[in-house]
Amino acid sequence: MEIKLFGITKDIVGRDMLPVPANIQVHTVTELKEWLYQQYPGLEKLSALAVAVNQTYAEDGTALDSTKEVALIPPVSGG
Amino acid sequence: MQTENRYIRQIQLPNFGREGQVKLRLAKVLVVGAGGLGVPVLQYLAGMGIGTLGIVDGDTVAVSNLHRQVIYDMEDVGTLKVAACRKKLSRQNPEIILQTYPFFLTTENALEVMSDYDVIVDATDNFAARYLINDACIILGKPFVYGALQYFEGQVSVFNYQGGPTYRCLFPTPPDAGQIPDCNQAGVLGIVPGIIGSYQALETVKIVAGLGKVLSGELLILDLLGHHNYRMKLKTNPENQLITRLADDYDSPICETIASISPEELLTWYETRQDFLLIDVRESHEFAQGHLENAQSIPLSKLERIPMVDLRKQPVVIMCQMGSRSEKAIQLIQNKLPDATLLNLTGGINQWYQEIGEAYIQ
Repeated sequence: MEIKLFGITKDIVGRDMLPVPANIQVHTVTELKEWLYQQYPGLEKLSALAVAVNQTYAEDGTALDSTKEVALIPPVSGG
Repeated sequence: MQTENRYIRQIQLPNFGREGQVKLRLAKVLVVGAGGLGVPVLQYLAGMGIGTLGIVDGDTVAVSNLHRQVIYDMEDVGTLKVAACRKKLSRQNPEIILQTYPFFLTTENALEVMSDYDVIVDATDNFAARYLINDACIILGKPFVYGALQYFEGQVSVFNYQGGPTYRCLFPTPPDAGQIPDCNQAGVLGIVPGIIGSYQALETVKIVAGLGKVLSGELLILDLLGHHNYRMKLKTNPENQLITRLADDYDSPICETIASISPEELLTWYETRQDFLLIDVRESHEFAQGHLENAQSIPLSKLERIPMVDLRKQPVVIMCQMGSRSEKAIQLIQNKLPDATLLNLTGGINQWYQEIGEAYIQ
């Protein structure tokens, strides 16, 4: 599974693409978030963050498997 | 005759024609913000012949604006942006009506200012204004064209278009203050808002002229450094379309007011048989592994869909594994039930295990 990172999440993680190691089993968006928060505590502080699974807005309970493509999309305010 | 020549190059377009031009002339578009995003929106919409253009901005031109807000020049520095825009746009196209509003949009003026227009363009630079525009557009039943950026990345979408998703369907509540840098903090390369604003002008014209497929129901993310553009499909959450009045204040995020209860205090509540409701927002498999006595399981992922029963009768304690998801749950519930007493169990069930142990665990 690969996670595309946008906006501030790119700064927090330090790259724009994050592969999830094959031995990490996450079955839902919630479980993925918990794994991410352990690796990058800065992400947990974001009170607004959208998650896309296969380019579709995902809820916390959305199911995941290794074939899915995930993206973290925080709000941006600049103009 | 003059009009004919002015718009001849777009009238000759097969999918646009005379009919498209008439639609533009009859349209009323309000552009909120005459800065990095608003300037290209205004220049193109004026040029293309939108019949009535409203411009809202209480700001004056600063020298540090000129590298990206390319309608302004040195002589405009210190003058109201709306006045400088009126001067230049009326020279660019004297055939359109310009309405200027030399103030910022607020809860008090938003509905009145916006009510005259068909389409609203969100060309602002802060979250408070974006949520205000979203909520006002829902109340008034108007679509709005959203654009925002950070560094070399831009977001574009059309919200509240023909029953489609709203900004709150993407980001239900604003981020906490200071979490997301704005242009003043982050810096911005002059051309970037020019490109995002041009997308907004394009979507506005598509809505007005009924041209192509409007960017509703999805968020387009433009990565202008690598050109790896990304599109995310959005879902309409009907709850977000129920807004009937504006918030009193869009500047102070709700999250600052989240109250909490420590495991020790909650233990006292159990022991003294205090009347309270306990909602555990973890997923059901987590709940099954161990939860507090009398806790009701409503996973955060389902919370948005569940009708809010009367949570106002007694204090409500919201809990999760570590205390973060429950904070989000409280924000969601507070939006719908502002007068409910909601308390976040500090540190979630993890802290309960650490400080209290197995007591009241089932």
